[in-house]
Amino acid sequence: MPYLHDMWRETVVRRGLDELNTIAYPANSPLTARSDWRDERGKPATTAERLGKDALDPFGTQVAICNCLYGVQATFSEDLGAAMARAVNDWIAHEWLDRDPRLRASIVVPQQNAELAVAEIERCAPDRRFVQVLLLVSGELPLGRRQNWPIYAAAERLRLPVGIHAGSTYRHPNTPVGWSSYLSEEYINQAGAFQTQLTSLMAEGAFAKFPNLTFVLMESGVTWLPGYLWRLTKFWKGLRSEVPWVADPPASIVRDRVRLTLQPFDGPPETATITRFMEHMGSDELLLFSTDYPHWQFDGTDAIPAGLDPALAQKIMVDNPRNTYARLRETTQ
Amino acid sequence: MNVDVLNRTGLQTPNQSKLAIADCDIHPRPPGAGIGGVSKALYPYLSKRWLEHVQTIGVRYRQPWERGSAYPKGQPQACRRDAWPKGDNPGSDLAFMAEQHLDPNNVAFGVLNPLTSGQGAQDPELSAALTHATNEWQLAEWTSRDTRLKASVMTPFEDAPTAAKMIEARAGNPNFAQVLLLTRTAEPLGQRRYWPIYQAAVEANLPVGIHAFGYGGSALTSGGWPSYYLEEMVGHAQCQQAVLTSLIFEGVFERFPTLKIVLIEAGFAWAASHAWRMDRQFAKLRKEVPHVKRQPSEYMRSNVWFTTQPVEEPEPREHLADAIEWMGWDRVLFATDYPHWDFDDPAHALPIKMTEAQKRGIFLENARAVYGFA
Repeated sequence: MPYLHDMWRETVVRRGLDELNTIAYPANSPLTARSDWRDERGKPATTAERLGKDALDPFGTQVAICNCLYGVQATFSEDLGAAMARAVNDWIAHEWLDRDPRLRASIVVPQQNAELAVAEIERCAPDRRFVQVLLLVSGELPLGRRQNWPIYAAAERLRLPVGIHAGSTYRHPNTPVGWSSYLSEEYINQAGAFQTQLTSLMAEGAFAKFPNLTFVLMESGVTWLPGYLWRLTKFWKGLRSEVPWVADPPASIVRDRVRLTLQPFDGPPETATITRFMEHMGSDELLLFSTDYPHWQFDGTDAIPAGLDPALAQKIMVDNPRNTYARLRETTQ
Repeated sequence: MNVDVLNRTGLQTPNQSKLAIADCDIHPRPPGAGIGGVSKALYPYLSKRWLEHVQTIGVRYRQPWERGSAYPKGQPQACRRDAWPKGDNPGSDLAFMAEQHLDPNNVAFGVLNPLTSGQGAQDPELSAALTHATNEWQLAEWTSRDTRLKASVMTPFEDAPTAAKMIEARAGNPNFAQVLLLTRTAEPLGQRRYWPIYQAAVEANLPVGIHAFGYGGSALTSGGWPSYYLEEMVGHAQCQQAVLTSLIFEGVFERFPTLKIVLIEAGFAWAASHAWRMDRQFAKLRKEVPHVKRQPSEYMRSNVWFTTQPVEEPEPREHLADAIEWMGWDRVLFATDYPHWDFDDPAHALPIKMTEAQKRGIFLENARAVYGFA
């Protein structure tokens, strides 16, 4: 509230707006927060101090990117979405980034309207602690659609990767075959949502149009990637006359331009299979370390799946993130 | 993918010593049929009321075009250029199909999956009339003329009680191999409105095939409608992931433990990863779905099969063997998708090292376990 402009603060009070938490992460669901990461009132990540103690210190984290999931992208009013995004970003800067020098953040934007989103990106970008642009994977239009391109142009110009996070604006059924009955189904289908949106970015030519832009898939799941690319490559070979601007094989585009955060990894139960699976990934540069804090994806500090080569783990934790985020290179060794 | 027939002729002469195969996805098509239209070949099986209806209103689906599919295909009717019998639609002529595909590829058992059968038509009674006509047409024109071929029970699946009656009516008829549904329905297929279909299928001892495509009306992605046919084709996999998740998490396999589901034409390389993801989320959220008693992957191992075409093509090829190993060699059923453009040739489609048992399983024995043919 203190970060909202007067008119919007009054609107919130006068119209009785509730909090904009979406149905994606019900507050008390086990997935939404690990039990040992909740405070005595059951709430996770309430202060920068608590976040540092839970999510940074135990992992020896030198720098971490915060992605605030608040339903500003889902408001039907673009103006409300823009006002809320602005307030969220100011809140992040003052309540989080100012309080722990290890923290960085993504710029929350009103995804409903590319013009307003660009304005918010440009407003926040001078603060070098904002290191990428945040989009939800399921918005009003597939992410490759050209109405979204001004966002990508601004991000590329400012050397900010576009981070695509699990979540939806709920403009469409939460699975491609209709509304699911259960949260479990919705969450499982987030991986499918990432697959379809990556296809969209590929097919519409976003990678060709913005050659210096990196897309980071966050909380996307990881193990779907190789099998997905085999299928996409096969149909690209068969149907590339429809999308002639996709000149390179999809797997090589992904290798150069797409990164995925580590958690949830969605790995097999057997260590030997994980080792074998990593060969299918075809590159050691794709993964970026993440805890997905406070979401419950692993226990203790076991964020790195067993069976990963230590050299690869080192790349995932240090080298790959540094190579992905220009602004992390400015402030870390 | 398309194969140049001229380069193939020397390899593909009829050869009885070649392994007999089951082809679990063959598309017959009445002459002149297409989305929105009705083939004259079905007229004898339609009442006067429905004949008049299709001639005045046509067949309306949840998509824009009066004729043709929502996304223009890569080539006419998505079919191989060499699969057009003289003057007619691909898949419309049994003799031509036998000569081009069934004989040279030694197909011992072929499952017919008609696609423009009125399934998913908006008017439920029209859908019932057209699917009934398609069932009669399969018997008259195909299964009665070639015993290698088995029909699918087509139903107006959005009206499950009617669909169940139509399945009951075919129970015990050995010419039908399965009940056929499409992936994209009005609601996810695990939901209770569709359960009468599964009940009837189990009672008739028929597997339920779920083929890619459909007309459910939901955006093709949870982020809206994509632009390209390429996206629709790749997206069949994500649609079937959602269907499979729905079947498992709604408890369909608890309610119908003997139900056999065959997922057709949406790939299989995603199966293992999807199982791992489902198991991991289920471990955290199982209290939400107490009716789900076993790990999601266990239902996949006992109740679900995948057809091969279009086979994913990793580099190196051996990665495909890993993907099959992780889902189970007994889960995979060979299919060609004849006469479509992305037909898989049994001689070339699985270029991986397999034991004799694995090969026999994929090309024949797994299908025998599902469909129970002699």
